[in-house]
Amino acid sequence: MFSNPDLAKWIFGRLTLDAIPHEPIVIMTFIAVVLGGIAVLGLITYMKWWVPLWRDWVTSVDHKKIGIMYIILAIIMLFRGFADAIMMRIQQAIAFNGNEGYLNSHHYDQIFTAHGVIMIFFVAMPFVTGFMNYVVPLQIGARDVSFPFLNNFSFWMTTAGAIIIMISLFVGEFARTGWLAYPPLSGADYSPGVGVDYYIWGLQVAGVGTTLSGINLIATIVKMRAPGMSFMKMPVFTWTSLCTNILIVATFPILTATLVLLSLDRYVGTNFFTNDLGGNPMMYVNLIWIWGHPEVYILVLPAFGIFSEVVATFSGKRLFGYASMVYATCVIMVLSYLVWLHHFFTMGSGASVNAFFGITTMIISIPTGAKMFNWLFTMYRGRIRYEVPMYWTVGFMVTFVIGGMTGVMLAIPPADFVLHNSLFLIAHFHNVIIGGVLFGLMAGVTYWFPKAFGYKLDPFWGKMSFWFWQIGFFFAFMPLYVLGLMGITRRVSQFEDPSLQIWFIIAACGAGMIAIGIASFVIQLVVSYFKREQLKDVTGDPWNGRTLEWATSSPPPDYNFALTPVVYDHDSWDDMKARGYVRPTEGFRKIHMPKNTGTGAILSGLSVVLAFALIWYIWWLAIVAFVGIIAVSIAHTFNYDRDFYIPVEEVIATEGKRTELLAKQVS
Amino acid sequence: MSSNAPSHEDAHDAHHAHSHGHEASHGSLKSYVIGFVLSVILTAIPFWLVMGEVIESKAALVAAIMILGAIQIVVHMVYFLHMNTKSEGGWTMMALIFTIVIVAIALAGSLWVMYHLNANMMPQMSPEMMRNLP
Repeated sequence: MFSNPDLAKWIFGRLTLDAIPHEPIVIMTFIAVVLGGIAVLGLITYMKWWVPLWRDWVTSVDHKKIGIMYIILAIIMLFRGFADAIMMRIQQAIAFNGNEGYLNSHHYDQIFTAHGVIMIFFVAMPFVTGFMNYVVPLQIGARDVSFPFLNNFSFWMTTAGAIIIMISLFVGEFARTGWLAYPPLSGADYSPGVGVDYYIWGLQVAGVGTTLSGINLIATIVKMRAPGMSFMKMPVFTWTSLCTNILIVATFPILTATLVLLSLDRYVGTNFFTNDLGGNPMMYVNLIWIWGHPEVYILVLPAFGIFSEVVATFSGKRLFGYASMVYATCVIMVLSYLVWLHHFFTMGSGASVNAFFGITTMIISIPTGAKMFNWLFTMYRGRIRYEVPMYWTVGFMVTFVIGGMTGVMLAIPPADFVLHNSLFLIAHFHNVIIGGVLFGLMAGVTYWFPKAFGYKLDPFWGKMSFWFWQIGFFFAFMPLYVLGLMGITRRVSQFEDPSLQIWFIIAACGAGMIAIGIASFVIQLVVSYFKREQLKDVTGDPWNGRTLEWATSSPPPDYNFALTPVVYDHDSWDDMKARGYVRPTEGFRKIHMPKNTGTGAILSGLSVVLAFALIWYIWWLAIVAFVGIIAVSIAHTFNYDRDFYIPVEEVIATEGKRTELLAKQVS
Repeated sequence: MSSNAPSHEDAHDAHHAHSHGHEASHGSLKSYVIGFVLSVILTAIPFWLVMGEVIESKAALVAAIMILGAIQIVVHMVYFLHMNTKSEGGWTMMALIFTIVIVAIALAGSLWVMYHLNANMMPQMSPEMMRNLP
């Protein structure tokens, strides 16, 4: 590259004006995004929000604010991912009888890749991490996570990954390879453009954040539990978070390593995954699924934890079979490493290998089934309150069981040879990811929103959102099961057989209903904001909760707990209430807290620059950004001004205010 | 679970306890020297094996180097990373065992799967022939 005499090429790498897409759909989106962006920036400037935004949010090391920012990131990316989804549904509903639809195949392939990548890495992952960040320290009675700066850095690295993926929409193109970018298609020969490079660097940068956040949360759960909280007294959500983070720390390095090998193939001409010269693309598929299968449990285990909390709270009972729930979670954690081959039964490993992995896959449904029964038995003879989180939970139980059963069908290798790569598979994993992960996250949003913001969400719009999601889901994906059984494969943009069209039209209507469900969720947020005085939660315990996060105020003070609670039982807050707990009003001390820092945001900004430079072969910029990252990291180690004390007067004032509010509530 | 059990820990004591959690295991000069000498010896032997052409069979030579490398890893973990059953309340040991299990699953599984894939999907080639491809 350096030997190239062309100066423009030296400065801009392979970035030219042609990189800006010319398709009208993309141009319209681009204009809309620019106008929207200017409007938002203008509003922030007009309201003079820049300083508070930087001071209170961007640089914040408070786990609660970082958790909220993770969830905001997830919701923003959900809009992008869903826009991709509905474009695909409309395309497939109209592209019959020689009609090419409105998306050419070049664009369509980018859309299904972007949809998968965004929904898994930048919706589900930050959503889950956001909940773990927000809830886990509160549930274990801690003041923050173990490494607060690392937490801020992790968040901004995840955001940097999302930004890199979003840049690909307007500068260059995105991968056209499917969400796991199998070689040889993703190799330099078949994908010479920048699409796969955007994919690689987006995931690598976000992967740094995910791995570090996993380490952080493990350390938090292992080292920072309140006195008395032994492992078998931890709330179930904390348990599932622990297992999830162990999975993250154990598997994300595999993803990183695999993508490094792929990048070496693409950048320096090695032959790990090429067709010739001794490379083996099947090795990529094998490696990526050793990460990929645990990944789906990384997503679903926290959702299981949320359901466990919701079911116990709204049934007014302790969770049925707490110990079995914990063991089931741990068994799933280990078994999830033993099933990866079921994603490529058809690649040809033969009968003995396929049989082994088919059986392990079926075994993993046993602990999952045990969990399902635990939730049902918790509800049995409980005093069930059908609040919105409970709607999502019951909806989950119905939907997820269907998804689980189709999963067991796919686990049978001979059946998989028929169903593999078909729309049946698409229907199956949307069935478990929407019905399991997304419903869990929505339940969690409604359940913990009052804790985070001090007022409940409006139940009417919550129920609207639930019903549109639930019914829309069935309309959108049951037709895909039918089509899959007929043998229709995935990732196809045009169809020949007109008799299939009706199914795709039904599915598109279902996607439309889900769109109304998402809109209802947004309306719910807005309506609740305007009704916040009516929906106010003064007690800090709006649902008659059972775990420690409900022992503090809503929203919690910066230091979470003025005095560290002591735990005697799982469902510790319920136990404290039963024992006639009296909130302490004196004996406070100054509280040691970590200080905010902008280093995380700066490092992730430089990472975006580095990734962009590597994608476009702008080598000088890559070197500058890399040196910058190292320099800022080293400079940060000389920052000794990392902590401060909240003076005891401030603690007394905050707690006194709360005492007054609570007293008003009683009288 | 008596009803008059304290509901809060004394905040000052709690903080005090936290700040002493991670000082449990630092090595002595002696243990670092032992570790260093062992590492040097374990590094020197493979060099000697290769440069002195001590072992005739290439497979045996590679195996010997791999085994010495594995021992070297254990030496590093014990003497430099202070791996023992007691540090951090047994958590480092737990983490190590879990890591070994996962790595063993990933390696053994990949070898098994890839062997079958190569055998089935490249029927005209033996693994030997694969290896000798240009």
